[in-house]
Amino acid sequence: MRLGEASLSAIELRGVAKHWGTTRAVDGINLTARQGSLVVLLGPSGCGKSTLLRLIAGLEEVTDGSIRIGGEDVTKLPPARRHLAMVFQNYALFPHLDVRENILFGLKVRKVGAADRDRRLKRVAELLAIGHLLDRKPGQLSGGQQQRVALGRAIIAEQPVCLMDEPLSNLDAQLRQDMRREIRALQRELGVTMIYVTHDQTEAMSMADQVVLLRDGRVEQDATPAELYARPATLFVASFIGTPPMNRLALADGPHGACIKGAPEAVIGDSGGTGLVLGVRPEDMVLAVDSGDGLAGTVDSSEYFGADTIVACRVGTETALIRCPGNRLLPPGTPVRLGWNEGAAHLFDAGTGRRRSVD
Amino acid sequence: MQTRYSAHIYGWLLLLPAAVLLVAFTHAPMVSAFVDSFMSTPKGARPARFVGLMQYETLIEDPIFWRVLGNNILFAVWTIPASIALAIAMALLVNGKLKGRGFLRMAYFTPTVLPMIAVANIWMFFFTPDYGLIDQIRGLFGGGPVNWLGQQSTALYCLMVVTVWKEAGFFMIFYLAALQGINPSLYEAASLEGASRWTVFRRITWPLLMPTTLFVLINAVIGAFRLVDHVVVMTKGGPDNASSLLLFYIYEIGFKYWDTAYASTLTVVLLVLLAAVAVFQFTYLDKRTHYQ
Ligand SMILES: Nc1ncnc2c1ncn2[C@@H]1O[C@H](COP(=O)(O)OP(=O)(O)OP(=O)(O)O)[C@@H](O)[C@H]1O
Ligand SMILES: [Mg+2]
Repeated sequence: MRLGEASLSAIELRGVAKHWGTTRAVDGINLTARQGSLVVLLGPSGCGKSTLLRLIAGLEEVTDGSIRIGGEDVTKLPPARRHLAMVFQNYALFPHLDVRENILFGLKVRKVGAADRDRRLKRVAELLAIGHLLDRKPGQLSGGQQQRVALGRAIIAEQPVCLMDEPLSNLDAQLRQDMRREIRALQRELGVTMIYVTHDQTEAMSMADQVVLLRDGRVEQDATPAELYARPATLFVASFIGTPPMNRLALADGPHGACIKGAPEAVIGDSGGTGLVLGVRPEDMVLAVDSGDGLAGTVDSSEYFGADTIVACRVGTETALIRCPGNRLLPPGTPVRLGWNEGAAHLFDAGTGRRRSVD
Repeated sequence: MQTRYSAHIYGWLLLLPAAVLLVAFTHAPMVSAFVDSFMSTPKGARPARFVGLMQYETLIEDPIFWRVLGNNILFAVWTIPASIALAIAMALLVNGKLKGRGFLRMAYFTPTVLPMIAVANIWMFFFTPDYGLIDQIRGLFGGGPVNWLGQQSTALYCLMVVTVWKEAGFFMIFYLAALQGINPSLYEAASLEGASRWTVFRRITWPLLMPTTLFVLINAVIGAFRLVDHVVVMTKGGPDNASSLLLFYIYEIGFKYWDTAYASTLTVVLLVLLAAVAVFQFTYLDKRTHYQ
């Protein structure tokens, strides 16, 4: 293996595109995944996540661009020669083969010796705690167990790159959380580079070293989870990350500076507001019922979630969600005062959706 | 208790029409054939009488029976694997990404739609010595005329060709349906491992087609012993019973020579044969088949 840059970037996409007729499923994507990192491809349904993953795997041919894996240009190579393993969304376990044969399938195809095979199977079975399931058929396994087997089939190949397409989407919430942790731990332990597709932002935020948020086949933002949350590059990112996502409040020109549409109190002094959108996360907002500070608003509705309450307030013509700790059920129509923490405000251009610096 | 009784009665009443038909036209004839096989054939004023195993002794000493049985086994042994292999090959072909596959599917299925009599007539023309398609083609390469249907060494094989040609398209439809039911990501998973096409077929496609193969096999075996239309049209079992099959022989004995008791005996043998094959398929093969 060569040292230097090639060993640091395990996967490198340059201008990768995939078009079907007029559908541009993937449209000029640049992406670099560092050796041993977990990169999550995130985005709404139909944004091209699966297509991009399949392009990397070689299951689809690129319309344009190049793909390098481990420093080698694999754009034209068949899947088998790209040195990667893949976990499919539906697991793609062979229904007629038992767990053992499913896991060993690839090694047998590649004519790995029996002793080596047994050793690797034992290790994988231990790692995933599926030793007792080896003689069962996939149909006799629970969803979580099938998932483990699919994982086992990918791991045993000992390839430097592993691709996963929404591997947890069929599992219930609890199991999902457990598997999330397991996959992450496994990825770290084995040191593989992983590309992980999901449309679940919680999954992305909790697992990733690097999140690539896609929209209509293009990269909307490529950053760490913390960066994605703290400095969303566009309105789309702002609206995708966070539960509930960031409040987006349209601004207008007010008498004393930019103000929220329909509410004349200035939120940003000395500047026009038309054509801008103010973004504030619900958890960064504070709500007061009796004090006189902040913007005047009225409660629209409130929902109690146990640890906190999400209160929807009307400010001018806009609606803001505020996350309040504990039980703060307020009757609709209650007049309130709203504010936000220092540095919590984000500004976006309403037309392009791009982030603007807050002055 | 009361309601369970009435549920039972209700169930039986629903089954009754089908059961009556089955008993009248399937079970009763089977039983009567079985009974008749121990009797003599009634002739004129002489009614049938019990003769014990005499008919079976006749059967064992009947060289034509053995010849016909041998023909039929040979017929099954060749036509069944051939039509299944051809059916799978055609199904794989028209299941792939192929231009004009709709047309191809139809073309492959056409022989199935045609009645066997029509098919036999078409092939009669192909086999005609000298003028026939086959001899014309052979003529191009300097081959002389061959009486395909008229000589002992080729007559039975001609019937086999016709049968395979007719049955393969029918079986193809089942395989095609089964192939389309296979999850395409299984093939993708295999391609990531670098499995060759043959490995993919042997380790994935073939085992997943097993339930279909079992079904097709049963149909093919029954067909091999049941189809006689082409024998009637093309060779009438000749020359010298070289192309006669069991059912055709039964028909000849029963309705040409009117030896009904002996025909019954032959029928019983045929039934036992088919039953044995069915038992084998449903026990041994069934256990080795993966159902989804
Ligand atoms: N084989 C194909 N032929 C034509 N269009 C396709 C094909 N595969 C995908 N597409 C289109 O490409 C776009 C991206 O599809 P893709 O499957 O990559 O989305 P996705 O992000 O994985 O969505 P999801 O989260 O729903 O799985 C979609 O508009 C889809 O309709
Ligand atoms: Mg997808």
